[in-house]
Amino acid sequence: MTGKKVLIPLGAVIGLVLLAVLFFQVAGLHYFVLIILPYICGAIFFAGLIYRVIRWAQSPVPFHIPTVCGQEKSLPWIKQDKLGSPSNWLQVTGRMLMEIFLFRSLFRNSKVEHAPEARLVYGGNRWLWLGGLAFHVSLFIILFRHLRFFTEPVFAPVLWMSDLDGLLQLAIPTLFITDIIILIALIYLFTRRVVFAQVRFISLPSDYLALFLIMGVAISGVLMRSVFKVDLTYVKELAMSIIRFDPVVSGAIGLPFFIHIILACTLIAYFPFSKMMHAAGILFSPTRNLLNNSRMKRHINPWNHPVRVHTYAEYEDEFRNQMKKVGLPVETDETGSK
Amino acid sequence: MADKKLTPEDIAGIKYSPAERDWMDPTVEFKKGTYVYSAPLKDQQMLQLPNPRQWNPLDEDWKLPENWKQIILEAMKDRMDKFRSWKLFLDICVRCGACADKCHFFIGSGDPKNMPVMRAELLRSVYRKYFTAGGKVFGRLGGARELDEKVIKEWYYYFYQCTECRRCSVYCPYGIDTCEITMMGRELLNAVGCSNEWVVSPASNCFRTGNHLGVPPHAMKQSLESAADDVFAVTGIRVDVPINRKGAEILFVTPSADYFATPAWYTLMGYLMLFHEIGLDYTFSTYASEGGNFGLFHSADIAKSLNSKIYAEAKRLGVKWILGGECGHMWRVMHQYMDTFNGTADFLEQPVSPLTGARFENAASTRMVHICEFTADLIHNHKLKLDPSRNNKWKVTFHDSCNPARSMGLLDEPRYIINNTCNYFYEMPENTIRERTFCCGGGAGLGSDENMEMRLRGGYPRANAVKYVQEKHGVNVLACICAIDKAVFPPLLEYWVPGVETAGVHELVGNALIMQGEKTRETDLRGDPLNNVGKNEGGTNVV
Repeated sequence: MTGKKVLIPLGAVIGLVLLAVLFFQVAGLHYFVLIILPYICGAIFFAGLIYRVIRWAQSPVPFHIPTVCGQEKSLPWIKQDKLGSPSNWLQVTGRMLMEIFLFRSLFRNSKVEHAPEARLVYGGNRWLWLGGLAFHVSLFIILFRHLRFFTEPVFAPVLWMSDLDGLLQLAIPTLFITDIIILIALIYLFTRRVVFAQVRFISLPSDYLALFLIMGVAISGVLMRSVFKVDLTYVKELAMSIIRFDPVVSGAIGLPFFIHIILACTLIAYFPFSKMMHAAGILFSPTRNLLNNSRMKRHINPWNHPVRVHTYAEYEDEFRNQMKKVGLPVETDETGSK
Repeated sequence: MADKKLTPEDIAGIKYSPAERDWMDPTVEFKKGTYVYSAPLKDQQMLQLPNPRQWNPLDEDWKLPENWKQIILEAMKDRMDKFRSWKLFLDICVRCGACADKCHFFIGSGDPKNMPVMRAELLRSVYRKYFTAGGKVFGRLGGARELDEKVIKEWYYYFYQCTECRRCSVYCPYGIDTCEITMMGRELLNAVGCSNEWVVSPASNCFRTGNHLGVPPHAMKQSLESAADDVFAVTGIRVDVPINRKGAEILFVTPSADYFATPAWYTLMGYLMLFHEIGLDYTFSTYASEGGNFGLFHSADIAKSLNSKIYAEAKRLGVKWILGGECGHMWRVMHQYMDTFNGTADFLEQPVSPLTGARFENAASTRMVHICEFTADLIHNHKLKLDPSRNNKWKVTFHDSCNPARSMGLLDEPRYIINNTCNYFYEMPENTIRERTFCCGGGAGLGSDENMEMRLRGGYPRANAVKYVQEKHGVNVLACICAIDKAVFPPLLEYWVPGVETAGVHELVGNALIMQGEKTRETDLRGDPLNNVGKNEGGTNVV
């Protein structure tokens, strides 16, 4: 069963590669793949992203529900945990930045285990945090490096980043550090899904699809540089012409790039409709982005509709006699007389 | 369970590696001891719930309304439009599995559908099928499944195996909160008339009588007076019990269990002693005689309805502000919902301690202060004379109740009080306290006796941490600030950690509090002799 969940998405990605090979053979399709496809997929990406974000934003946050992870701000002599229980915008910004850039919640991860004498222990379990962070940081750096194809003259920090990332090139030519890290991280993220029974149980085909697509893009990208030596000047001309909305296919672009671009286009078109939207979603998460100040400041629920209530008068009507008997004060002496 | 006693070895034998199986086929077996009864018809009617009927989870036919599927799908859409949390949490989970072994029910049962991510997938799979293109086109491959009656049964089983404790949410990299998922799951079930007795009956009682236990005003008065008698017996001091008194400065609201059940009863005695000693100008209310709010475990609307009494009564009585007793989910409501539900509270004044002059800035809008904040401030300002040695028989550990911990961040106030009223205080391991605290296993409407096996399983991680400090430090009391804790822990600890009692923090305050004019105390609030320090706690070596 896991086999099916893994093999079908794998087959889909292999199918895309074969499709790229096929399209590459047909000269008439080059313009479509290199020009039209990026535009279509780019459009789907941006439109989809905006649509999804707007859809989330359209739903209100009726209740103030931060998950508080530390001491509240209460009495002045009690030390508040400013990141775990933020009470002003600076603090909650800190909390969010720590989540986005350092995966702080995931850093807490532990693993339950049985120790002797029926004891439960919760050992630190930071591999997922490390693997996740390694993957995302590498991805970010790789995307950032790609800006050199889209800027002319190349934005200076992009070059610095490429130089830094390329330090290893002294030993292994044309290989970036992040290329290695992202591939290792992806292999780890895939392996844990199939090896650890809990994660295998919960994984869906779409979880594997995302991994395989990204792997495909990464591998084809690495191969393009290190093995097949695709002529990057043509790639750059193509990229620049696309973002200038004056597209030209200026020269011979090899099959590896063809594969890379088809996979990358699929990935970005799929992005807004996939779980990868967590990238934008984290910003909207009400358990993380709200201040723990709900007793200091009233949170407004826009649909706060009236509900049926049992009023004091109705209550007293039912219990008046008993209340009077035991000397509890009442508002009126007789039912309905007020 | 009914046939065979659950043992620590049973739990130790649980493998957290679920066997290969396609969870999409709904399978659910309502085993004795692991599910909650359905709501009685009369209580459904009292609350005017939709599609009321008598039914039983064990029945093959749940007598769902004819158009139940349409009702569910419309309710889903409605909630998506009303709750960003829900809409977002349906979309952004990456199934990383960080939450999986954080749930006390998964740890105690090993049932893979008790992994928080799976609990949510039970809903997400239906969401994908009817609301996303991928799910419509690819079906199961797209993680989508058909909504059928078996799915409803599965929801009922698993959304009443979640105590809405929010522990998983602490660990989720996106803050996905299973409490929100469960709340919405229950709202959907309610829409087709499938609700739980232990939630709806207390809520119905509370609607009519003002409290979950259905105590009418005259009985409440008797009960409070009898607590005053008990205080007299221990201290020789006759304390006042003001009820429904207009013009008092403070309205005191506490869960009804405090004046009806032990050990919460001793907490109530502690309040009465404290308020007497500091001369607090306060009143109880019979109309707002419940701090807790089982409506929260049912739906936002019922929660709001029950909660409305607090401000309404504060207004009627003309108090300046509200003080709230020890309770867990009550404080979720008071802290995160009340002002939104039923505010504004501008007819009240910003809370100021009449004794110390401290302004409770953190309650500036809601105008309701937690008793632990109030008492910690009194102690800090030396307004109380305390003799911690009167608690010497107790080796104390503190259980952070889920809601005050993860929804308020009320962590250090109760610890400060304990440290000033007790000489022996020991923390449980760090992965089991503060924001990582484990639930008692009986919150959110699961505390019924028919659900005992799940309660024992769900409460096991907490009990196991208690056992650790019992063995290491001789801990013999679990202090807590939650009425459900005080009801759930005594049987739970007796089962897993015999020899450890349960006590409210203000019971410890009552013991330590030196009152003006009191007689020499011979017993603690429980009536146990004070000088019997170091008595054999017994029970720890039960075979």
